[in-house]
Amino acid sequence: MLDVVNAGPESALIDLESVNRSFAKANGDELVVLEKVDLTIKSGEIVGLLGRSGSGKSTLLRIIAGLVKPSSGLAACRGKPIDGPPRGIAMVFQSFALFPWLTVLENVELGLDALGVAQAEQRKRALAAIDLIGLDGFESAYPKELSGGMRQRVGFARALVVHPDLLLMDEPFSALDVLTAETLRTDIIDLWVEGRLPMKSVLMVTHNIEEAVLMCDRILVFSSNPGRIASEIKVELPHPRNRLNPQFRALVDSIYARMTQRAEPRPSTVDGIPGTGVGMVLHPISTNVLAGLIEAVAAEPFYGRADLPVLADKLQMEADELFHIAEAIQLLRFGMLSEGDFLLSDAGRAFADLDTDERKKLFSQHLINYVPIISLIRRVLDERPSHSAPAARFRNELEDYMSEDYAEETLDTVVSWARYAELFAYDEMSEMFSLENPN
Amino acid sequence: MKNPAPPTGLGRALAPNLFDLAALSLVAGALVMIVHGASQTDVPLTLLDATPISLDPANLPEYALRTTLRMLAAMVASLVFTFIYATLAAKSRRAEIVLIPILDILQSVPILGFLTFTVIFFMNLFPGRVLGAELASVFAIFTSQAWNMTFSMYQSLRNVPKDLDEAAKSFHLSWWRRFWRLDVPFAMPGLVWNAMMSMSGGWFFVVASEAITVGDTTVTLPGVGAYVATAIKDQNLPAVGYAVLTMLAVIIIYDQLLFRPIVAWADKFRFEQTASAEAPSSWLLDLFRQTRFLRTFAGAVSDIVESTTRIRLPAPDLSKLKFQLNVPARLVDAIWITIIFGGALVIGWRVFAYVFATLNWSDVLTAFTDGFYTLIRVVVLIALASLIWVPIGVWIGLRPSIAEKVQPLAQFLAAFPANILFPAAVVLIIHFQLNPNIWLSPLMILGTQWYILFNVVAGASAFPGDLKEAAQSFHLTGWKWWRFVILPGVFPYYITGAITASGGSWNAAIVAEVASWGDQKLTAVGLGSYIANATEAGDFHRVVLGIVVMCIFVTLFNRLLWRPLYGFAESRLRLG
Repeated sequence: MLDVVNAGPESALIDLESVNRSFAKANGDELVVLEKVDLTIKSGEIVGLLGRSGSGKSTLLRIIAGLVKPSSGLAACRGKPIDGPPRGIAMVFQSFALFPWLTVLENVELGLDALGVAQAEQRKRALAAIDLIGLDGFESAYPKELSGGMRQRVGFARALVVHPDLLLMDEPFSALDVLTAETLRTDIIDLWVEGRLPMKSVLMVTHNIEEAVLMCDRILVFSSNPGRIASEIKVELPHPRNRLNPQFRALVDSIYARMTQRAEPRPSTVDGIPGTGVGMVLHPISTNVLAGLIEAVAAEPFYGRADLPVLADKLQMEADELFHIAEAIQLLRFGMLSEGDFLLSDAGRAFADLDTDERKKLFSQHLINYVPIISLIRRVLDERPSHSAPAARFRNELEDYMSEDYAEETLDTVVSWARYAELFAYDEMSEMFSLENPN
Repeated sequence: MKNPAPPTGLGRALAPNLFDLAALSLVAGALVMIVHGASQTDVPLTLLDATPISLDPANLPEYALRTTLRMLAAMVASLVFTFIYATLAAKSRRAEIVLIPILDILQSVPILGFLTFTVIFFMNLFPGRVLGAELASVFAIFTSQAWNMTFSMYQSLRNVPKDLDEAAKSFHLSWWRRFWRLDVPFAMPGLVWNAMMSMSGGWFFVVASEAITVGDTTVTLPGVGAYVATAIKDQNLPAVGYAVLTMLAVIIIYDQLLFRPIVAWADKFRFEQTASAEAPSSWLLDLFRQTRFLRTFAGAVSDIVESTTRIRLPAPDLSKLKFQLNVPARLVDAIWITIIFGGALVIGWRVFAYVFATLNWSDVLTAFTDGFYTLIRVVVLIALASLIWVPIGVWIGLRPSIAEKVQPLAQFLAAFPANILFPAAVVLIIHFQLNPNIWLSPLMILGTQWYILFNVVAGASAFPGDLKEAAQSFHLTGWKWWRFVILPGVFPYYITGAITASGGSWNAAIVAEVASWGDQKLTAVGLGSYIANATEAGDFHRVVLGIVVMCIFVTLFNRLLWRPLYGFAESRLRLG
């Protein structure tokens, strides 16, 4: 087990060539999730897929895991096309995916179950993996008796026990609290550096920039809509890496800048591509959160302009969360993202100083002006004699541009923003929009 | 058991659709087929039992054992059926289109009406042997138990968490291993709860199915039910009392030795990642876990079971079996649906032809009128039972120390086969010369009203403390408190109980609308007595008509009343 790192020739474990993946939308059109992705994974490296949620990186991981089939393109594992989960690949899940009715030991043994290993050997290997990952003494515990960090250790042990060539990790630390995640990360990296982990390579999906810089040898930055590899960054800092090291900080800052490169105004794209006009996908972000971020950036020490890593640190948020909120604010023209900074517009600064009623007024103006689906709904309601309209009408329209899930999410966002702005009302039972706001 | 599972199959689409009609036709067709096969075989059915039922109480333990064994056999059959049917429905979309509506209709078929055909069918399978009659009885219990278990399993299988599914795939579990390691454990809590509900209902049917007369065929199987039937014939009231006591003992023993241990054991399958506050316990399970000899024994058994789930069955790789025709899936669907509806149409026509071979539209009208009377009875009785038990249930549920004692009692009463008590009621009605049309009715709800009670108690116990305190601090009292605080709080639970109670009442109508004591017979006009009388006369055409009409009533009643109410309760009133 000691010499597996860098063992063997530089052969490709995984080879993806112009892989595309799309899902059918409600109206029969295709929603492209992955576009022309090329990727090679060699022996002895930790590769990170870094991107925003919804950028298709988890889909890519599942293609490699053999759980999802590519729509076109070539996906091969050790030269053989991937058709179903390949042997020699094990996966660690974001949600741990432990079987609650099996003990720690049984969960780990399950990984060996289908390999046809004799039962005595199974037990020996399982115990070794449990020992390695620091779960000694917990063998007979059930997952529900364990803390989150311990559960994910079981997830790791179950994957390591099969001695995979490639370990896939799907945001393995994002369901854990900050301290636990950090401990587990360093434990894994230490074991990897010492060459005690039985796998040859690791591919991890993450939306946490620092985590990627801390752990990976190579980071592939994903862009969204459709998901494709935007850039590749080699991390040559020696392990153990120090988050406070200036080189480390510089790298994190540059990735932040890279991920906010497409600054406002968004390039107006062709009709039908999600992101513009009525087809704009809205993420359900509470108006309280929007107002909170605007206030935070308006106040000291930022006074209207904030460096994203600093802001994320101060608000104790993940970069991904912050991006989503900042983008919503940008969409409403209360601020904009640019080169790793977030700055408020004049309207945004004004918003921060207003009282509740005036905020609502300003917010409703911006909704009408900058969110096409909301202005459309309002126009329809104004025009109809009954001043009411079924939600289905707008849902269908949205589904021409996006998947059903996104349409639902967008409509939820519309409802909550419009309620705050007192633009129109929505009745959940009858699924009707109306102007019956008590205003 | 604090949180009863929702009645299965209710969370789905509300409106009756074409698939229901097709399913109704298919189910009715199967009935006719069985009847037809039965009446064709013109074997004179001899009396099975050489030894008649004796009313000596000393025989009761043996009768109780026979009755219990029938229950067990039916439960095993239900489990096997559930595993196969639910898996098929959950894994194959095309099978699902047919199987689920059929299951829905089967749930509303009056089981006791069914009995007519199954008795003759099974007895003709094994002419002149007790086995046929035994199978008929077991089958009757099976039909009362299987459907809701199957629904529960089907719904669990459809909701297996995606990450566990992916884990099972990526670790290459074989389908057989996956079934036992993932599918069954995940379905277990719902399955155990539904099996318990089925058991509760089952006692009623085991009692009813042990002594049955179809035309000139009388089947009497040694058991508590047959004992009661004999006591009724002989007008022996003390014997009825002995039977009641025996059933009490049997249910308690069954609960303690079988179900409580299973519930306590199944607790580990609950799909939650955090430890729950209180786990159900069982002294028997503790005994097995703590006694070395028993533990070794249990360990050995579980090892054997475990190793059977390891057997490497040749995996039927379905992807290779697929036709490699380049036919679009939609076309295959269209053909499949056409076949289903075509088949349903043909079978529906056969049923129609069978019924109308001897009957005409006025008979149909009679059946529907009788159905209407029974409908009124069910509605009035549920309303009355609600008026009585909801306030009492709330009162009990808000007092944890009382609820703790009452809850097991209510569940026990729900399990008790009320039909054993019918003779006592009949004696009273005859004695006071009461109107059977009115006074036989309460028997329909005698056994099922407890579902309302224990669900409301569960709802009131689960009512959040902070809401109680909020109501108190805002001085909400009297009607306002009922209207805005507690009634909405217990409503989802009440609906669950009321649905079970109303379903049970329709079934009970068949034995409750006709009652006898010795040679005195009381009849209440209704669909239940219509079916019961047709059964006794051996008039299969009328029995089929009665059953189809009752299916229609029950299905419409469920779709038009209970499902919308349940949907409302789920979306608006579910706490947490």
